[in-house]
Amino acid sequence: MKKLINITINDKKLELAVEPNMTLVDMIREELKMPGTKKGCGIGECGSCTVLLDGKPVCSCITLAVEAENKEVVTIEGVETENGLHPIQKAFVEKGAIQCGFCTPGMVLSAKALLDNDPRPDEHTIRKAISGNLCRCTGYQKIVEAIQSVALEK
Amino acid sequence: MTEYQTINSRAPRIDAPDKASGRAQFIDDLNLPGQLYGAMLQSPLAHAKILKIDTTRAKALPGVKAVVTAKEAGHVKYGVSPARYDETLFCVDKVRYVGDEIAAVAAVDLETAVAAASLIDVEYEELPIILSIEEAIRDGAPLIHDEYPGNVCAEVHQEFGNVEAALAECDIVRTDTFSSQMQDCAFIEPQGCMADYGLRGYLTLYSSTQVPHYTQRTLAMVFKMAPSMIRVIKPYVGGGFGAKASANAMEMAACLLSMKTGKPVKMNFTREQVFLHSRSRHKFIHTMTTGAKKDGTIVALKHHATLEGGAYSSFGIATIYYAGSLLGGPYKLQHMKYDAQRIYTNKPACGAQRGHGGVIARAAWEQQLDIIAEELGMNPVELRLKNMMSDYDKSCNELYMSSFGMKECLESVRDQSGWEKKKGKLPKGKGIGMACGFFVSGAGFPIYRSDTFHCTATLKLAEDGWTAHLYTASAEIGQGSDTTFAMIAAEALGVPLSSIKVSSGDTDFGIDLGAYSSRQTLMTGFAVKHAAEDAKRQVLQVLADELRISLDTMDVKDGIIVFNGPGINFASVRDRFRKEHRGWIRLPRGNQLFFAEAVRFAFLTKGTIIGQGHYRPRFLGGTYKGAAVGTSPAYGCSAQVVELSVDMETGQITIDKMTDAHDCGFAINKTSVEGQMQGSLSMGLGEALFEEVKFDAKGRIMNPNFAEYKIPTALDMPNVTPIIVESNEPYGPYGAKEVGEGAIMPTIPAILNALYDATGIRFTELPLTPERVYKAIKAQQKEQKGD
Repeated sequence: MKKLINITINDKKLELAVEPNMTLVDMIREELKMPGTKKGCGIGECGSCTVLLDGKPVCSCITLAVEAENKEVVTIEGVETENGLHPIQKAFVEKGAIQCGFCTPGMVLSAKALLDNDPRPDEHTIRKAISGNLCRCTGYQKIVEAIQSVALEK
Repeated sequence: MTEYQTINSRAPRIDAPDKASGRAQFIDDLNLPGQLYGAMLQSPLAHAKILKIDTTRAKALPGVKAVVTAKEAGHVKYGVSPARYDETLFCVDKVRYVGDEIAAVAAVDLETAVAAASLIDVEYEELPIILSIEEAIRDGAPLIHDEYPGNVCAEVHQEFGNVEAALAECDIVRTDTFSSQMQDCAFIEPQGCMADYGLRGYLTLYSSTQVPHYTQRTLAMVFKMAPSMIRVIKPYVGGGFGAKASANAMEMAACLLSMKTGKPVKMNFTREQVFLHSRSRHKFIHTMTTGAKKDGTIVALKHHATLEGGAYSSFGIATIYYAGSLLGGPYKLQHMKYDAQRIYTNKPACGAQRGHGGVIARAAWEQQLDIIAEELGMNPVELRLKNMMSDYDKSCNELYMSSFGMKECLESVRDQSGWEKKKGKLPKGKGIGMACGFFVSGAGFPIYRSDTFHCTATLKLAEDGWTAHLYTASAEIGQGSDTTFAMIAAEALGVPLSSIKVSSGDTDFGIDLGAYSSRQTLMTGFAVKHAAEDAKRQVLQVLADELRISLDTMDVKDGIIVFNGPGINFASVRDRFRKEHRGWIRLPRGNQLFFAEAVRFAFLTKGTIIGQGHYRPRFLGGTYKGAAVGTSPAYGCSAQVVELSVDMETGQITIDKMTDAHDCGFAINKTSVEGQMQGSLSMGLGEALFEEVKFDAKGRIMNPNFAEYKIPTALDMPNVTPIIVESNEPYGPYGAKEVGEGAIMPTIPAILNALYDATGIRFTELPLTPERVYKAIKAQQKEQKGD
């Protein structure tokens, strides 16, 4: 039986009826039709589906939609500011941190969670913060450099 | 030196903003009205006869719209190489690996489709399973394919020069055996597709493929349709690395289901299915006998290789040739003998993975060259420099190095890594190692025999004059090809990068063989350059006629017509443009004529301006059997130095630093070149240290997920110092050649050589897991105590 939940997604308050076994990623992608959150493995190993739940990065493929009840969810669609791309997104574009782009939404959100709490992290802290986000294309270096460049601006 | 406006820069990728913001559309983001969902039934057994398939229960499930098996699919054999078409869409009489496709279902939702697939009843008669090369080649071993006795899928015997005679003359002759394990491309986006059979009988397949063209041809062959009745469209693809470089059964199943139901059918692999489909790196066993002179001259190589290929050929016919031919360089080797077999086993089919066929052979040989250098008392850099090929050299197997900055690569990694200060001087547990490699810039021939152009490009100038739209069937799979081609088009046309739009990855846009064998920058880049030059020439010709000046007195730069001569009166062209735009602001003014004005004028004179370009390599390669594999219009090359630490108590390796130089001919986009280098090294690091697809006794994959099949994380990968070497390739557009795959070549052997420097132990089996390293260290300690 469906359960009614209150949830805030990208600043928008919603009341949704969801199956108790529906994952957060399926709710975001299938119900809310926001495809920016990616599904790479379905079992919480690759990090492509990372979203922020009350500011903390979680794998939305192993988080149930009902677990997000009364919480704030930020997906990649909610990262841009009124001035366009968020500084982290801009840095990813400018530093060559994006190749295939499939891991990018999750990476950006992990980076955002880090920088929101620790504006000047060192390289190791950055690497640790994104170590749950797998990338097969870049070798991570340009991603780390992009995040570092935003940290230095702050 | 030529001054370029756009290329040779660090322009941000044109697809990056969409990818950064989540707007970029990947296959699973596509939904069509009325779509059905597909699921496949795959074999739970590694080797069995199919006695009976009963779909009654599946068809009866409410919501099921179609169930298809070999009965509906037909028995047309397909594969990658026409020499070995050994697959059918669905299994006909037997299954050959766990995961072999038996049937597919289309239903109103995914849950119903999956449930229906499990309701298909298959009666099997189990057959003996073959899970290793040894079992496969044993006398009397059961055959996986009746047509291939001894389970030998392919065999190669080549000799260049006279190896036995040459070895007899050598001062030092060494034989070593080296082996690896089956690996996985492990891209982050699983394969997916959507097939849409329209009411007019045209079939459209959207797919996360590297090769829209080959997929179109395979579908046409399997479904007995004209290729142009089928359109393959590739959205953004989340990495491929080789495993997405051929048509797969899911794509075909979706097409068949769409044809049966008249509805769009959506299908996706789970991560486990990605592993089951595989088409990734083979398991290789290499035995190499190398002979050298006292002065370090490498004279001869006798090479034997066995490849474990899994249940089908896939790219294997090319793989087996590459595993031999890619040792023809980068050293001046006079004599080379290569004997190899590719063996069928009851495992997923192996295929092409980044550095196709050459990676493990390169690892084995570069380690052996280090051993030889040590035995001769030579510095390994010195040994390599002594034997290095350079521009215009031809290998004994007739590979021609039209540009070859190998020496510069090697010297720059030596100097920038501080090699001389570190080699042999680091404490126990720390090591430094180096290696070299080279790779093709595109295959000299298409996979099927044909005189086809390898690519075509079309550049349509917008009728208003301000933008140009490039159409190419090439495949952007993450490597940055759309950006590369936009930059080439902008440069050749003489306009800013922001004026170029790119549409790619669609078979309706022309011919392009796709993203494999590191071909697109050189080949598609060539076609794009010509298309842009053609469009520009057409515009300038109209302008020349109007202004009564000669075509060759004009060019275009930064969107402005550059006249080679004073006082050209272009008032008639400007008036025409301004007259059409009364009331508009920012109309062209001043004493410079904009290219947009000329384009508009050309359109008003002769209609839409469309530039065309195409590319086909010059005839390449020798006359011997197999010469087609390994020949390329050009070769990229690279050298690497790796520094690492080994925990002598646990066997854990940490890669501390990598210095990599790659000769890409000419960097169209420097950031993208570095990205390919860093990404290659990361994959090489993973393969060297921990990647291995493991099987249980029944042929089931034990680690079909990222928790158990480990690829490098941000914590495993060190910073790389990337050094771009530009040798200016005469056969490449603006001098450009490959970087996408060649960069991986030296990584594994550089790690092996560094590991020896750290431990004094030579490892002959990959991956270098802590367990393997720990055991070797303990054995060494025991031996030393025994002494």
